[in-house]
Amino acid sequence: MAIIERPAETPDARPAGTAQAPTAATNYGYLRRPVETTGWRSWAFTVDHKKIGIMYGAVAMFFFIIGGLEAGLIRLQLAGPDGTILSADKYNQMFTMHATTMVFLFVMPMAAAFANYFIPLQIGARDVAFPRLNALSLWVFVFGGVFLNTSWFLGGGADGGWFMYAPNSSVPFSPTNGVDFWALGLQITGIASLVGAINLIVTVLNMRAPGMSMMKMPIFTWMAFVVQMLLLFAIPVITVALFLLMFQRSFGATFFSVEAGADPLLWQHLFWIFGHPEVYILVLPSFGIISEVLPVFSKKPLFGYPFVVFSGAAIGFVGWGVWAHHMFASGLGPVSVAVFSVATMAIAVPTGVKIINWTLTMWGGKLKFTTAMLFAVGLIVQFTIGGLSGVTHAVAPSDTQQTDTYYIVAHFHYVIFGGAVLGLFSGFYYWWPKIFGKLLSEGWGKWNFWLMIAGMNLTFGPMHIIGLQGQPRRMYVWTEFRAGEGFFNLGFWNLVATIGTFILAVGVLLFLVNIWITHRPGSKTPPAPADPWDARSLEWITSSPPKEYNFARTPQVSELDEFFHRKYEDVGEGDSHEYVQRMTGEEVIQHEEDNADPNIHLPAPSYWPMVLAFSLPIMAYGVIYNTLLIVAGGAIAVMAMFGWALEPADAEQSDYDPTDDGGETSKELANV
Amino acid sequence: MSDSVITEPAPDAVDVVEDHPAEHAGDDHGHDDHAHGGHHSSLGLSNNKLAMWLFLGSECLLFGGLISTYMLYRNRHSAELGPDQLWDIPFTSASSFVLLTSSLTMVLAVSAANRKDLRNTKIFLGVTALLGGLFVAGQIYEFTTFYREGLGFTTSLFSSSFFTLTGFHGVHVSIGIIMLVATIGMIQKDKISGDKAEAVEMVGLYWHFVDIVWIIIFTLVYLIPA
Repeated sequence: MAIIERPAETPDARPAGTAQAPTAATNYGYLRRPVETTGWRSWAFTVDHKKIGIMYGAVAMFFFIIGGLEAGLIRLQLAGPDGTILSADKYNQMFTMHATTMVFLFVMPMAAAFANYFIPLQIGARDVAFPRLNALSLWVFVFGGVFLNTSWFLGGGADGGWFMYAPNSSVPFSPTNGVDFWALGLQITGIASLVGAINLIVTVLNMRAPGMSMMKMPIFTWMAFVVQMLLLFAIPVITVALFLLMFQRSFGATFFSVEAGADPLLWQHLFWIFGHPEVYILVLPSFGIISEVLPVFSKKPLFGYPFVVFSGAAIGFVGWGVWAHHMFASGLGPVSVAVFSVATMAIAVPTGVKIINWTLTMWGGKLKFTTAMLFAVGLIVQFTIGGLSGVTHAVAPSDTQQTDTYYIVAHFHYVIFGGAVLGLFSGFYYWWPKIFGKLLSEGWGKWNFWLMIAGMNLTFGPMHIIGLQGQPRRMYVWTEFRAGEGFFNLGFWNLVATIGTFILAVGVLLFLVNIWITHRPGSKTPPAPADPWDARSLEWITSSPPKEYNFARTPQVSELDEFFHRKYEDVGEGDSHEYVQRMTGEEVIQHEEDNADPNIHLPAPSYWPMVLAFSLPIMAYGVIYNTLLIVAGGAIAVMAMFGWALEPADAEQSDYDPTDDGGETSKELANV
Repeated sequence: MSDSVITEPAPDAVDVVEDHPAEHAGDDHGHDDHAHGGHHSSLGLSNNKLAMWLFLGSECLLFGGLISTYMLYRNRHSAELGPDQLWDIPFTSASSFVLLTSSLTMVLAVSAANRKDLRNTKIFLGVTALLGGLFVAGQIYEFTTFYREGLGFTTSLFSSSFFTLTGFHGVHVSIGIIMLVATIGMIQKDKISGDKAEAVEMVGLYWHFVDIVWIIIFTLVYLIPA
């Protein structure tokens, strides 16, 4: 399944002018191989990591909007006393599905979108290690997300909160199928994450361009790599938990039934052993993104690259030893609480290292506040606020006071929205010209940024106050009678938070407006220059958007920030560095294209990833409704696996339109 | 150095820093599909094998979670239906021996594949599958015996976690058997697109992993008294 599977002589050996007619060949399992390069088929059956990345991003954006609508309903319900927009039951479903959607169907896949698109480009590879598995990850995620959300039409969504504590998630307390959909849906999206993690780890370890040692890897790739390692080991733990929950709910087991002698803490441990690494899974990709953005717009290299790398790796390790700080109120006993308390304080150190490195990257730099840079700086500020309230949770007595109040809600929204989401938006603006060949409007971008910042602070800032005042999270109403007086009046701050939510929503909407303005038919936005930001890393040593084969020739790497060092020469003496521009970005790219590799083979599209992915929700519906569906889904899965195994990873030459008869080439397969 | 990179970013400028030569690694067993176009594997380990190792690393945590659950609940059963009444140690020892023997035949299959001795490869893969099948048959027999004695999946926390743990292991062995049989078929019909020895070795890695997990399960579940 590697990228180049066939000997070089195949395309050359074919004499010019004798090309066969395009015969979409025949003999692969049950179906012919898809060869379309335009239309929906070229997307649905693609194995190109860039198209897969774009589809990941588009679907994640869709779920972001769904999750945002759910958040809007929650805030409307809480805007005034005794809200009547939602019933208690619907409210429970709303906050559960809001969190589940945002975590599993927006931030994780959006980070996967960036990782998919940019890891191969940043390490100088032509695709990921296993292109068909990559397509499988995408479609498993898409079908899993859709499956999860069909629960809305089939009796209601899950209603146990995103960590679904047992025994509250058992049938007597949650009799609809919502929790079943939740458990099976996350099981499915977990498969997507696990397959993706294996794929990307192999890609990073094995497919770096010649000369790119691990410590010359772009920092985003490093952080995404740490995330994939976390996923690799965290996903199986939640898999176990979800299986136990499924056995409990669908097959009569009693793993979490206290009356049968079970220990409800089992679920909490399993969930948070997954759940805490998950927090870093959410936020580290964004750390990687802004570690790319800040140096570019400060005109300085990243301060202390090795420190940023190793603090990221340290977070990846220590992140496994702090899970029980989510359980301080569960009566773990003083020794456990003390140990996890100290470990939690310790993990603040590598995070602090990163913040210092970012700040010192900007220190003395020629700062240019583009929208991407604004989002990056916004992340530093907002995430630091969330980090500080996080340290107050590490103090166990204080945490006991804060547990299950809005203070916790304030904290994790500053960390996840202020950390992960702002970083993702920084990535949108920074890499948009790379992915789509056009710059997003900076004017609209700044409105987008400032409204989102104002909105998030108005929404989540007051939650610190109402939380410390004692408003519990997950209560579907609050009453005027107990709202307090003066500055600390809950009613006032709840209203502010609701208004803030809508400002935030307008901010996000402006991003969509910005995309529309840039790309609408008849848009006057010119194509972006090849190197619009004077960037530093390898993904820019190729055209924008990149060709299907990524690089005209496999780049040879000799420096960290390879692109920068090809453009600039160090004329400083001794320890002082002074850079003089020798080439423009366009010239570097032109030089690569002038020396293009003669033959480039790309992996061929395939139907099987989508077919195999499609079998999973069928089996999941089977668990809930009818065993026959499990059998049907299983049969499709077996068929797809055999079709997959019997299909060569690369298409025959005859699968493609001939290139040398003067006609339209259907695919840039060979002879670039 | 940087001088030459800027003005002449040609291959000769980077020979010095190229720390992983493009020649592919020795353990690729004649897998020459990658030998052109300057393509290489940075670690010298094939993508497929690296992916299998990573997957097995992930599986460790899957079984870690299941074993932890069993250890938590192993004592939570009624007085009549616990391990002391149910376990038939000699029988399970025999089936464990069968499974461990299959690891030996798996090694012999890999060794034959490395010698390009396809006939013996198929024979040893077949014997491995047969021994694996014998083990699964023993597990089914054991499960039905327990069921007849009154231990259902939902009888107690002990029974649920026991059946879950050993059931997951049994499913893993069964998937391994399917992989073995499919490998035999694909060797027979010459359908393996890459390196045959590596394909056999990958199945072997999985098979040995499943065996090692059984050693742990057998020790913790059957041998160590609750």
